[in-house]
Amino acid sequence: MVQCYQARFDLSFAALSDATRRGVLEELGRADASITDLAEKFHMTLTGMKKHVGVLERAWLVTTVKVGRVRTCKLGPRRLEEEAAWIESYRRVWDARFDELDKVVEELKRKERIDGRRNRQ
Amino acid sequence: MDAGTDSKPSSAKNRTAVQRTSERELVVTRTFNGPGRLVFEAWTHPDLIQRWWVPKSFGASFLSCETDVRTGGAYRFVFSHASSEKPLAFFGKYLEVVPGSRLVWTNEEGGEGGAITTVTFEEIDGETLVVTRDVYSSKEALDAAIASGATGGSCETYEQLDALLINLGASATRRTLRGEE
Repeated sequence: MVQCYQARFDLSFAALSDATRRGVLEELGRADASITDLAEKFHMTLTGMKKHVGVLERAWLVTTVKVGRVRTCKLGPRRLEEEAAWIESYRRVWDARFDELDKVVEELKRKERIDGRRNRQ
Repeated sequence: MDAGTDSKPSSAKNRTAVQRTSERELVVTRTFNGPGRLVFEAWTHPDLIQRWWVPKSFGASFLSCETDVRTGGAYRFVFSHASSEKPLAFFGKYLEVVPGSRLVWTNEEGGEGGAITTVTFEEIDGETLVVTRDVYSSKEALDAAIASGATGGSCETYEQLDALLINLGASATRRTLRGEE
């Protein structure tokens, strides 16, 4: 299980370790763009940009669709998947916390019952 | 028959739910088997907070915990964590305090524009529904919080998560993970 996550995150890390690729994601967050647009924007050859987009695609951060001669890039499914995964891990953090809080509340209740009995005596 | 479930009957019933309810709001809910005033006490008294806020499985421990629980009063939680040489501090101030029913505080460790946390305690038949609401300053701020947790700290987060799962031995969470494969 960990390895599975690890492999996927290694891909993401590799994809995100490069400033151009982070820039591309930011750009695609604003609007879809063709590889030609991106290459111009980042002052790069078409081949260079294709490589970057390829890395992002393998990490599921970007998807591309070819229509005619133009390959259009957009943000990939990973975004939503990540949000869902993050929310689940966040939930587990709170769940673990609240399991401990349950114990504290139980103890406070017990203590109150004992104190109450003592006060009545 | 699962021994793990047996030892924690309440966690199966009182499930923690998390929902992104809007572009800038994240809500956590859970019901506790006790009156609101006791649950509130556990959220405000430093000695009690330290017993539940950071379960052992998180790999962090409290160095100090201060709460001045009144409107305008400050709080400061300081932790040590294996991943960081420096202690981690979380701090802010209480914007609203209604004993037994409501707490509102700022989260200022990230500078200005941190989320505002509102916790409400609603008692029904001796049980208390706790709703924790984090409102971020913008959609981008919440997106960034999610992105930093999901990518920036990912390996560490998932290693911790793994440790958490092992320690909890929770069959339910393991099922969830299996579904994600």
